Amino acid sequence: MTAGRSTSAFLNRTPRLRLGLLLSAPMLWLGLAYLGALAALFITAFWHADSFTGKVITDWSLDNFETLVTDSVYRTITFRTIAIAAGVTVIDAIIAFPMAFYMAKIASPRARRILVIAVLTPLWASYLVKAYSWRTMLSGNGVLHWMLDPIGLDTPGYGLTATVITLSYLWLPFMILPIYAGLERLPDSLVDASGDLGARPARTFRSVVLPLTFPAIVAGSIFTFSLTLGDYITVKIVGGTSQMLGNVVYDNIGAANNLPFAATVATVPVVIMLLYLAAVRRTGALENL
Amino acid sequence: MRLSRTTRVVLLTALVVGLVVIWFPLLLVLLNSFNADTTFGWPPSALTLEWWARVATNQGALNALWTSVQAGLAATVIALVLGTMAAFALQRYRFFGRDTVSLLIILPIALPGIVTGIALNNAFRTILGINLGLFTAIVAHATFCIVVVFNNVVARLRRLGGNLQEASMDLGASGFTTFRLVTFPMLRSALLAGGLLAFALSFDEIIVTTFTLGTGLETLPIWILNNLFRPNQTPVVNVVAAILILVSTVPVYLAQRLSGDTASGGRL
Repeated sequence: MTAGRSTSAFLNRTPRLRLGLLLSAPMLWLGLAYLGALAALFITAFWHADSFTGKVITDWSLDNFETLVTDSVYRTITFRTIAIAAGVTVIDAIIAFPMAFYMAKIASPRARRILVIAVLTPLWASYLVKAYSWRTMLSGNGVLHWMLDPIGLDTPGYGLTATVITLSYLWLPFMILPIYAGLERLPDSLVDASGDLGARPARTFRSVVLPLTFPAIVAGSIFTFSLTLGDYITVKIVGGTSQMLGNVVYDNIGAANNLPFAATVATVPVVIMLLYLAAVRRTGALENL
Repeated sequence: MRLSRTTRVVLLTALVVGLVVIWFPLLLVLLNSFNADTTFGWPPSALTLEWWARVATNQGALNALWTSVQAGLAATVIALVLGTMAAFALQRYRFFGRDTVSLLIILPIALPGIVTGIALNNAFRTILGINLGLFTAIVAHATFCIVVVFNNVVARLRRLGGNLQEASMDLGASGFTTFRLVTFPMLRSALLAGGLLAFALSFDEIIVTTFTLGTGLETLPIWILNNLFRPNQTPVVNVVAAILILVSTVPVYLAQRLSGDTASGGRL
């Protein structure tokens, strides 16, 4: 007890030491182990694999990056992935905004709490299960066929459309929550003032609400964009034969056993995200995360 | 705010439709786990409990469940310790590099899962020479679970302030006694909420797990993925999916009731 007490008193007198002890374990784990692993991965991107044994040979070259840029297959897949990410982001923003607006501005405080839980809870339900559920729904005799058949339409089947629908579904809550938080901070009086000065709702939306909540929308888009760029499972489940960047990485780790090339391809989503973050920095979106 | 009746009705409709779309696929999985038709044609022709009974004897699914529980519990314990330490350091102290440290904590969940997955896979196998197994998956899960505990504890610490701890110390309690009798009891529900969320996150994770779990082992999500394209397994897959929905949403619901301060935050 006395030993414990004197240790405690000593720690109390030396706040820097206390801070050091508190930070030590998390920093060893994340700073050393995790960052170290990331750094090692990007170094591997400059090496190459022996084409027979798959063993990594540690001589430096830019060959992997050259293949990535010059081979039209990878170019197509990169642009396809970016297009899917952009499409998913736009769709989610359009669906999320009215939902978030009702939650933040019209619902009573009690209803608001319940609505936030209603949006948040499915976010945690298994990603895989949700993609799988869409696979069942999109199938030829699934629920979408049953609903759309009477009005002369049909399920899009498995392919790029199905991938965009499923990914938009998966990331929708990630878009709703930042927009909801942004709208909550928007004072009602500004909207009312705009109306008092004679603006119609559409004009108020365009000139007042949208500019003030734009950073929140961008914050949501960071999630939808980043999550789509790294995805490979959804496209496997509902995408038919289409491939995204994630699939190339996955196949190079597994079947092709070419870790250096997988590392090279994995830098693409990271670089795109860094460019995207740099581009949106000035909107103030990063404070809305 | 003054809004016309039409605007309100349109917005309400959008919200209701949106919520239906969000919840429908989840409820469909629950319902389909009772669907007697093995191809899950819609509408179901008959309902049955057979698939649920069959899961109870499916050794692959049961093994996967046990692996998931082990990984989830171990990762949660590590995340609770590291996340709480980091939360105290960042909330109670101002120091050089504080922003970098908080960025580092969210990094494992902000980067695409596949990047984290292959980075850790590469580090374990080629740098450290460790064979992949349950242990490596636990390390990986703990890495991205830290942020969840961290967020919950930071939010609670911010709300509490430091007055009560100072009062306790002024009254002569040592740092350890203060933690045991004052700080910890006030943090308990935040830790429970963070722990539940961390467990739910680990229980569902698939991408990082794919790259860090040893061959021959399966967590429940990986079991689903491996059996998804085998037609005779579909009914059982549906039941496992239903179990995953229940196991991951119930703790989250509880965590949100418990903590009260996570309600406005996102997944981060």
